[in-house]
Amino acid sequence: MAVQKRAQETLRSLRVAAWLGWQIESNWTDPFLFAIYSIAKPIAGTLILVFMYVVVARGGLGNPLFPYIFVGNAFYIYVGAVLMGVSWAVIDDREHYGMLKYMYTAPLNIYAYLLGRGVAKTAIATIAVAITLLFGVAVLGVRIPPGEVDWAMLVAAIALGLSAIAFLGILLAGVTLITARHNYYIGEGVAGALYLLCGAVFPLDVLPRGLAAVGRALPLTYWLEALRRALLGGGGSQAIGALSNGALLGILAGSTATLAVLSVLFYRWAERLAHRKGLLDMQTMY
Amino acid sequence: MSWEELSIRTEGLTRVFRPKRREARGQRREIVALDRVNLAVERGELFGVLGPNGAGKTTLIKILATLLAPTSGRAWVAGVDVSENPWEVRRHINMVSGGESSGYGLLTVEENLWMFSQFYGMQSGEAKRRIKELLEVVGLADRARTKIYHLSTGMRQKMNFARGFLTDPEILFLDEPTLGLDVQTARTLRAYIRDWMDRHPDRTILLTTHYMYEADELCDRVAIIDRGKVLACDTPAALKRTLQREAIFRLRVAALADPKALFQGVTGVHRFTHAARDGCVELDVVLGDENAILAVLGGIQRAGGQLLSLEKREPTLEDVFVRLVGRGLGSGEGAGA
Ligand SMILES: Nc1ncnc2c1ncn2[C@@H]1O[C@H](COP(=O)(O)OP(=O)(O)O)[C@@H](O)[C@H]1O
Ligand SMILES: [Mg+2]
Repeated sequence: MAVQKRAQETLRSLRVAAWLGWQIESNWTDPFLFAIYSIAKPIAGTLILVFMYVVVARGGLGNPLFPYIFVGNAFYIYVGAVLMGVSWAVIDDREHYGMLKYMYTAPLNIYAYLLGRGVAKTAIATIAVAITLLFGVAVLGVRIPPGEVDWAMLVAAIALGLSAIAFLGILLAGVTLITARHNYYIGEGVAGALYLLCGAVFPLDVLPRGLAAVGRALPLTYWLEALRRALLGGGGSQAIGALSNGALLGILAGSTATLAVLSVLFYRWAERLAHRKGLLDMQTMY
Repeated sequence: MSWEELSIRTEGLTRVFRPKRREARGQRREIVALDRVNLAVERGELFGVLGPNGAGKTTLIKILATLLAPTSGRAWVAGVDVSENPWEVRRHINMVSGGESSGYGLLTVEENLWMFSQFYGMQSGEAKRRIKELLEVVGLADRARTKIYHLSTGMRQKMNFARGFLTDPEILFLDEPTLGLDVQTARTLRAYIRDWMDRHPDRTILLTTHYMYEADELCDRVAIIDRGKVLACDTPAALKRTLQREAIFRLRVAALADPKALFQGVTGVHRFTHAARDGCVELDVVLGDENAILAVLGGIQRAGGQLLSLEKREPTLEDVFVRLVGRGLGSGEGAGA
């Protein structure tokens, strides 16, 4: 009985939060601006990088490093979007709408609620990722022949990777809960910091040894490697290139599960601290 | 009465706020917002907590609604310990805070309310029917499809009020629900609260207010609270009966320079409060014996005051508060004698 009740609460927290997130995301009076902001902006970001690669670094599009960078960057759009989507909810509800306290007095599953709030941004990011990849194939000559794509691996990698990013978002939501101001862009900030560490642009091998070790501890590193193998037929990093596909996905699953446990534990701790200090309904005046 | 009949119980409930480190350099004073509060609210009661600003009313509600941890002591809501099992408590409660304008600005009034009904697991059609009904009650029916960033603070407060009743909670916390609303709206909401309780005898409301009239008119029992302490707790009638042996007069006096010094040396005056109103001074004087009014009038004459009106009146909860605390509910003015 109790388990069933809890499951119902979890499902409806997720569903209604996703609805709310969508209302907030799509609340643009001008659909054109909405499309520009949520789809064109991340794509433009990726293309700028490609441009720099070609012109500034004088790399050729035929260089094997190019598809490596391109796929890494296309999927990296997800990181900022999902992190922001999940962790932003705490700030938004508490500071902006004054609603976090009502969420916290309602029979919600707060994790499901936060993840639900990120669904809309994730969906929009999916469109941006897809368009970027299509552009790469059609215009830049990146070779992703559908017949050679390992679809099962792709689906598994996307599911695990998005879970990892979402739980990282829960961790950031916990940080946001117990710190007051100036945390508006924590999601994008962390996405930027991890960018170099997880092999989105360079293979880990070119990083100093200490940083490479950090990179090898991040689920995102294995996520990008798995995506490249699924789409391009091979990765690019010697550091983890020796792993079989099964081992790679296994490590991705294991590190995602570890991250999930750590994030939930941390969030619970942050929640308890906020409860003690009266931060759940705090409003920072700007 | 058994513990199971209690909707809300607190035992030595205490909350201390420590000043933040940055502010602490100036003064290291801790604020005791709640000081060993013991309350027992039965199922079916409309229970009032009456006290001035800063008395600890909001702190009490936050703890009971699982938003804030007590520093010490315990509290049970619907028989569940709020610190041990907040998730279970949340299935039984709802809360409305007055005087604030929260809400998702980009959703309409209807959508804001519907969303909450869904978080509480209400069936969608039933929710829509109740939303319509409640918006009718609070006078927002014509705004149902308006995005709430177009609404005034007062309108948002009314929507918030509707949100509290929408989910048909077993136990409802109303923190100064009529704060800042116009007289007519406040009256409508009070009538609705009373009516809701009459129609749902198994529900419980804990309502805080600093309007003594609201507590008197609405509540089955009232706890009077000041500086975190519960000073008295009983039915409004019983609280007022504690003043039965005293006589209370209201005087309006013009040309009075120093009301504070008025009754020095006048015997028989237990307490009095004074407030400036329309260019004259309004005095509420509590006498041990009705005959002492003659000495009071003599005192006013000696001070050069000019008596405009004199009226003997029934005691109110405000008088009870003044007797307990030594000052009025509103401004903090007043003096014992
Ligand atoms: N978060 C807080 N930090 C420090 N002091 C607080 C905090 N919240 C309330 N207080 C103090 O606790 C006391 C009681 O406040 P409150 O419960 O809001 O009173 P009321 O609702 O009766 O006006 C006040 O002195 C107030 O300044
Ligand atoms: Mg208050």
